[in-house]
Amino acid sequence: MKVHYKINGKDYEFDIHPGKVLLDVLRENGFTEVKGNCYMGTCGACTVLINGTPKTSCTVLAAQINGAEITTVKGLGDILNPHPLQKAFVEKGAVQCGYCTPGTILAAYALLKENPNPTDEDIKKAIDGNLCRCTGYVQQVEAIKYAITLLKEGK
Amino acid sequence: MEKQVIGKNVEKIDALALATGQPVYADDIKLPNTLHIKFLYSPHANAIIEDIDTTEAEKLPGVHMVLTYKNTPQVYHTTAGQGWPEPSPYDTCMFNQHVRFVGDRVAAVAAESEEIALEALKLIKVKYNVLPAVFDPEEAMKEGAPIIHEENPQGTYDAKRNLVAHIEVKAGDVEKGFEEADVVVEHTFETQFAQHCPIETHATISYLDENGRIVIRSSTQVPFHVRRIVAQVLGIPVSQIRVIKPRIGGGFGSKQEIILEEVCAFVTMKTGRPARAVYTREEEFISSRTRHPMKITVKIGAKKDGRFTAIKMYALSNTGAYGTHGLTVASNTGSKTLPLYNKAPNVEFVADVVYTNLPVPGAYRGYGATQGYACLEQTVDMVAEKLGLDPIAIRKINHIRKGETSPIFEALGEGREGVVQYIESEAVDKLLELGAKEIGFYEKWGKKVRNGSKVRGVGMSLHMQGSGIPKIDMGSASIKLNEDGSVNVLYGGTDIGTGLDTVVAQIVGEVLGIDPKKVIVYPSDTDITPFDKGAYASSGTFISGSAVYNTALKLRDQILEVAKDMFGEQDSKDYILKDGFVISPRSGKRVSLSEIAYDTFYVKKQKQIMAVGSFVSESSPPPFAAHFVEIEVDEETGVITPIKYVAAVDCGVVINPELTKGQIIGAIVNGIGYALTEEYKFGENGKVLNPNFMEYRIPSSRDIPEIVPILVETYEPTGPLGAKSVSEININGPIPAIGNALYDALGIRLGSSPYTPDKVLKALKEKRK
Repeated sequence: MKVHYKINGKDYEFDIHPGKVLLDVLRENGFTEVKGNCYMGTCGACTVLINGTPKTSCTVLAAQINGAEITTVKGLGDILNPHPLQKAFVEKGAVQCGYCTPGTILAAYALLKENPNPTDEDIKKAIDGNLCRCTGYVQQVEAIKYAITLLKEGK
Repeated sequence: MEKQVIGKNVEKIDALALATGQPVYADDIKLPNTLHIKFLYSPHANAIIEDIDTTEAEKLPGVHMVLTYKNTPQVYHTTAGQGWPEPSPYDTCMFNQHVRFVGDRVAAVAAESEEIALEALKLIKVKYNVLPAVFDPEEAMKEGAPIIHEENPQGTYDAKRNLVAHIEVKAGDVEKGFEEADVVVEHTFETQFAQHCPIETHATISYLDENGRIVIRSSTQVPFHVRRIVAQVLGIPVSQIRVIKPRIGGGFGSKQEIILEEVCAFVTMKTGRPARAVYTREEEFISSRTRHPMKITVKIGAKKDGRFTAIKMYALSNTGAYGTHGLTVASNTGSKTLPLYNKAPNVEFVADVVYTNLPVPGAYRGYGATQGYACLEQTVDMVAEKLGLDPIAIRKINHIRKGETSPIFEALGEGREGVVQYIESEAVDKLLELGAKEIGFYEKWGKKVRNGSKVRGVGMSLHMQGSGIPKIDMGSASIKLNEDGSVNVLYGGTDIGTGLDTVVAQIVGEVLGIDPKKVIVYPSDTDITPFDKGAYASSGTFISGSAVYNTALKLRDQILEVAKDMFGEQDSKDYILKDGFVISPRSGKRVSLSEIAYDTFYVKKQKQIMAVGSFVSESSPPPFAAHFVEIEVDEETGVITPIKYVAAVDCGVVINPELTKGQIIGAIVNGIGYALTEEYKFGENGKVLNPNFMEYRIPSSRDIPEIVPILVETYEPTGPLGAKSVSEININGPIPAIGNALYDALGIRLGSSPYTPDKVLKALKEKRK
């Protein structure tokens, strides 16, 4: 079957097997910035924004969200023009192996859209579903707080 | 000398690529005509395959190969990616007729898609002769127990008793030491199976290059060992294989193994087509590697003044169905712990490493020291209590100091004799003092502050580890100068997410006086970079960093030689390299590295300024860490909540504070998971019951306490620019520190980790009896 998505602002049409999850469809079509592996929605590495809301793409049927707007971490910024969250993660040592980073940044992005002044607890809650085995989360929380400052300064 | 580049928070050089989702990992590239590989696993803990029928599977359209023991090389090897000759037994075949745990590989299918491969697996018919299994190492050693490796593998100690290794190391006379003691304490503690859980699972892609050589792009910590072992298994020369390490999504030891590479390479060799194998999370739990569970008994004798007279440690290690890292992990249980208390003149370490029909433990951050410290550091607290000393005081009396040695260093290395070592950098007393102050140890210890059913307690533990394996681990690098004053560094080391590439850029930048942004680092590709043993044994900064440092010094000499000529001076010994220039303080003359490169490329004495260097260490300088934790235990629910965790760490000169802190905090959180929630649950048949993140709980952002890393710098003369290692040591603290805090809060000691609520409640009930 055919599905249409707007991904990172551009229109796409994919011919997919109806049983496929979004994660696989995205990765097979070159959106390898979406990581994954648990296929249970428990690690959060495959998080994307679907119509602005962070979802684990391994638990979403691709066919189910025909017509949706999808944002991956590449939709926030790229290596030449990074988003303040991406810059903050780099600067605060919040990227180690980096495998969880795209998903965590998207979860943080959705939080800041909704709540520009989150407490530490709000931040921890927002990224609670994004497991990280390298950083121990401390620098991730610091980075998200720092990104708030950058965003306010318009950087 | 003034530091130009090291000691500064240089941004991790690959961080922006990772944060913006560049296709950098093994499975991020897609090759046309790729065959996808999926595995069939044994449902039995111990069985002989009597018959395996793959004809139906082979007939399924899209299936290209079904691999079993019948059509794959029966080459016994070890999956442990260690230096050669490997200290682990040769007990594994790609596929074996004898399957030895639930999750052992029976067959694999290579097909046009994953879906087809999975379908084909269902069509394979296997007839098993199910044999009795043994899961308990004590049972497995007894006469009459099933013999798990009937083939008597090369490198096992006594296969008939399922003994992979037996270690006995003695210094002095422990029995005499215990007789001389005023108090003697003996304590037994068991640690559990656990998984590394890197968020990226194992992933390998292989293909033929234009000349028909096999290229393996793999999520590995040990690319050079992969090349050697795959060549061994496939029976082809090393020259026919190239191993590329892309960015790695974490390893923590699990990727110090050859698990997918040999299968992918075999499929590519047989079909000429690219092959891809990626483990699911469930496969990671069942069929990759775990941590060696151990039952450890520590006996300590001490005089009234607190000085230890003897320490005896016995470790019984369960190495599951295969002996990978079995001997060496158990060696480290003694060698990385016992020298810490070198005031005891009588020391004995004995270990047995035993096969069982359970999943396979391998290398895991901490590498046996984690298990050793879990018991040792609680026993030390028990001795202190008997003597009326506080935990910090007893450690101050007994810990090793700068200029001192331990007989254990010489007696016990990694699977063989060790080397004589003297401690050349150490700040243990300072670690203890700063850590105690930060947590408020003396204000809180013994106070049992209560809030309803919740009671607070504090605990601490002390640790050392090591940096690299002396006289075994080798790293090398080459560096060349470009005409804009930048340099290309090709080194064999393996950054698996730790930031080693950045540390390398800083070390080179420091030696050459250039911005690390001008250091272009190219890590481990077996065709292109020189050799390195890989990422393990806390050796990244120490071994690979030293190799790069030595190479940068050679390059520096070549640069100075040219500058001397350009300046028309006699000698270059007082020249300074700074901000991309060579400066002569005598004459005030200066020339940029860019001008030097232009001169040597195009003008005079034309040549490429380039150097190759290596490093192998004579010693394994230990980092030290004092850990302190405040916890709250709920007497009604049994739940332990860490409130604050402090780690004071001596890792020599700090190359990059932010990256160093990241290593410390990450290891602590990994350790907290191991202490409180992470454990394998097995069914009666040895099947893993919780192979997913729902039921195997690793810490999430809301599970972590306040964590304070304190970096205490020393100067390690054998390390690059004074550095030691930091990545492993900090996983060792949470089990003993939380265990000691639990005793402080409730007066109970649990006999095993993890400290789950049911164990706490049971211990409380027993105490109240």
